[in-house]
Amino acid sequence: MSIFDRANLAVSRRQLLIGASLTGAGLVIGFKPHAVAAASEPFAPNAFIRIPQEGKITFVMPSVEMGQGIYTAVAMMLAEELEVGLDQVTLEHAPADPKQYANPLLGDQITGGSLAIRGIYEQMRKAGATARIMLIAAAAREWGVSPDACKAEAGHVVETGGSRRAAYGSLITAAASEVVPQDVPLKPASSYRVIGKPAHRLDSPEKVNGTAKFGIDARPDGVSYAAIAICPHFNGKLRAVDEAPAMAVKGVTQVVRIEEAVAVVADNTGAARKGLAALSIDWDPGPSASVSQSELERQMDAAIDGKALPHVNEGDVARAEAEHGPVHEFVYRMPILTHSAMEPMNCTVHVRPDGCEVWVGTQIMSRARQAAADVTGLPLEKVVVHNHLLGGGFGRRLDVDGIILSTKIAKQVSGPVKVTWSREEDIRHDCYRYLNYSKVTATLGPDGLPVSWRHRVIGPSVMARWLPAFTKDGVDLDQMGGAESPYAIPNRQTDFARHEAPDGMLTGNWRGVGATRNVPPVECGIDELAELAGIDPLDYRRRLLQHKPRLLGALELAAEKAGWSSPLEKGKGRGIAVAEDFGSFAAMIAEVSIGADGRFKTDRIVCAVDCGQVINPDTVEAQIQSGVVYGLSAALYGRITVENGAVVEGNFDDAPVLRINETPPIEVHIVPSAEAPGGIGEVGTPGVAPALLNAIFMATGKRLRTLPIDQTDLRRV
Amino acid sequence: MERGAALGADGRMPYNLTVNGKSYAVDVDGDIPLLWVLRDTIGLTGTKFGCGIAMCGACTVHVDGLPVRSCILSVSEAAEKPVTTIEAIGDTPEGRKIQQAWLDIDVVQCGYCQSGQIMSATALLAANAKPSDDDIDAVMAGNICRCGTYPRIRAAIKLAAQG
Repeated sequence: MSIFDRANLAVSRRQLLIGASLTGAGLVIGFKPHAVAAASEPFAPNAFIRIPQEGKITFVMPSVEMGQGIYTAVAMMLAEELEVGLDQVTLEHAPADPKQYANPLLGDQITGGSLAIRGIYEQMRKAGATARIMLIAAAAREWGVSPDACKAEAGHVVETGGSRRAAYGSLITAAASEVVPQDVPLKPASSYRVIGKPAHRLDSPEKVNGTAKFGIDARPDGVSYAAIAICPHFNGKLRAVDEAPAMAVKGVTQVVRIEEAVAVVADNTGAARKGLAALSIDWDPGPSASVSQSELERQMDAAIDGKALPHVNEGDVARAEAEHGPVHEFVYRMPILTHSAMEPMNCTVHVRPDGCEVWVGTQIMSRARQAAADVTGLPLEKVVVHNHLLGGGFGRRLDVDGIILSTKIAKQVSGPVKVTWSREEDIRHDCYRYLNYSKVTATLGPDGLPVSWRHRVIGPSVMARWLPAFTKDGVDLDQMGGAESPYAIPNRQTDFARHEAPDGMLTGNWRGVGATRNVPPVECGIDELAELAGIDPLDYRRRLLQHKPRLLGALELAAEKAGWSSPLEKGKGRGIAVAEDFGSFAAMIAEVSIGADGRFKTDRIVCAVDCGQVINPDTVEAQIQSGVVYGLSAALYGRITVENGAVVEGNFDDAPVLRINETPPIEVHIVPSAEAPGGIGEVGTPGVAPALLNAIFMATGKRLRTLPIDQTDLRRV
Repeated sequence: MERGAALGADGRMPYNLTVNGKSYAVDVDGDIPLLWVLRDTIGLTGTKFGCGIAMCGACTVHVDGLPVRSCILSVSEAAEKPVTTIEAIGDTPEGRKIQQAWLDIDVVQCGYCQSGQIMSATALLAANAKPSDDDIDAVMAGNICRCGTYPRIRAAIKLAAQG
């Protein structure tokens, strides 16, 4: 039986809304089921558990699964307090309903920012405990004993010291009339039986046998298939297209024109792609047609010394610079990046006069639903979004541009239509990580340690568009994340020189968000200062991190496991980077060797992470490896360029990503911790590029300050 | 007759496919890639679209027992030959071993590329019972994974080779 309950979500949602009352689906636990009694009061519980009379218990997943293992982690948290085994549950995607399924830290139904477990760790355990306490109370009442004389184990209530035992399913009628406990006590971590122990992923079987359903696998009855060509030029539009060549292709039924795109609809995607390829589309390139890479980079360079908004300001940087000089300055330049999730963008939409259904994998359910409502003009309640597994997220599926385009197309199509982006369309119409530059300026004291640190961040403000609450006085708080460095430097100043991408080029969130843009200049910058001071880079960081015990702990563990102090052969180098974000602390040591031809090879990466209370240690290892591979890909290959107001690259041939033969051994070591859980999906990415750059410096004496790494010739200078 | 047969626009059934032991008559142009016939016409969605130019391996299936990229293999070339997809690879000894190793090691993350990874790994194991690291690199470098499951793919292939 599938771990995913394929029940119609509309039905299950109705059941959820009934809360702790008994339904055909069983007992439903929410946080405010007492509201059931007052029928006039709107009832909107968080609802994560459905216990049927017979069969598996359903857990409803408030966060979406894009590989990070959250479905297994949520199930572990619920199962811990509900006292059931992971083999006793089935999982269900939550419907779009932020009132019930918003991440408490984000206030919306968003999976991103490594905030899933951080946001719901307590909520999930309480949901499980509430259900357990009600089931125990029901059994105790039936048996005429105190609830204290009963306990729960493996989906049963058991009379302690007695012989009576009742399966949860047999108690649901009685449990539904129990008073919902408030402020339920939670187990201490020392009693955890599920949390913190390695567990197999619950989604593995389906993903191994081909039955897992991603958005692209949706096949509602009567579906047709569309291929899409979006105007390649930013803000460009469709001028004209003769549909005849496409209509001549067997299986093609329709050519759809919208303002910015053409779609060919057919009875299979292959025919739709063939029809689309047959078209000669006349695009109006619009006002951005002359935008070129060299011009974009020139503008960024100009912005380095332009106007900026102040952010962090500690001590007196100007005075420290005047007193201590000289001032050392380093400029780091980072490229435009795509997400390149393996599942290309796609969305299936059925627009009817009385409603709209959307089948998609999205990180942002409520905005997905709103987008379809906006495009169709239908009331929100007439839009149903069926969420799916995501074939990679990385921030790409935090935007709903694909849902908007697909719904526009679907408005012109009779019946459901699945719009599938080609890889080229996916790469040329991403929500890009835009050019990000950094200028770091520092002075050293007599002991060689920094006394002043300025960091100017140059780049766009994604948050101004995407989450304005995460800006302050015009400063993008995500873009500035960690720019001041974690180091004990008495005088620190950061500022934000906002510089946007050209009009029409969408910029968005990219794995590791602010940390991936600021950790490279910070960690390379501190390495440069260590070199200037003549102090070992590990020792330098140690001396500056005495006030950060968790980050220091991760650094010490990584250094020990990597054998930092052991001698290296000629032509090899090691580099360090630390990253503190998402409630977690990571240290990474890269070891590289330079071949006789000047090409470098990553020999291994050793990572130590303190992410607080671990839910599933196996997932922590997998996610750090994942973050490292994603970071390696970007460090070695990530670079999108623009010419004629359009993205040049289009597929894995000219926009390559890391492959298995280029992947070094990646060691992951977990620092034991009882602190609150931190995020783990992103903290492995930011340190990769700086660790590599610092290792290359040690091996070659060459200080590279531009990403991706220029691998053409790294022979020692 | 399976579902694909019903989609013929003009009643002709020009291509006979044998997929996972079942016969399908499909009425599409001969140059349509097998991938789309599998996914859209027949409804076997385990085989995935990733790049369309045989650069990522997500669409890997076996034709005549050999791994091919179904995004560039035309349906006319696949006709009359046995095609095996992820949905049935567990019926082969190597496929079963690979799938079990994938479960034992929990290779998958997002899972989207894993059908193709498993099809490539199964073909590797069928041709080479004890693949070295270099053998694994040579074959599996054709399959991209953006979640970075590469270290576990390597470990799982080695585990399967022991079993």
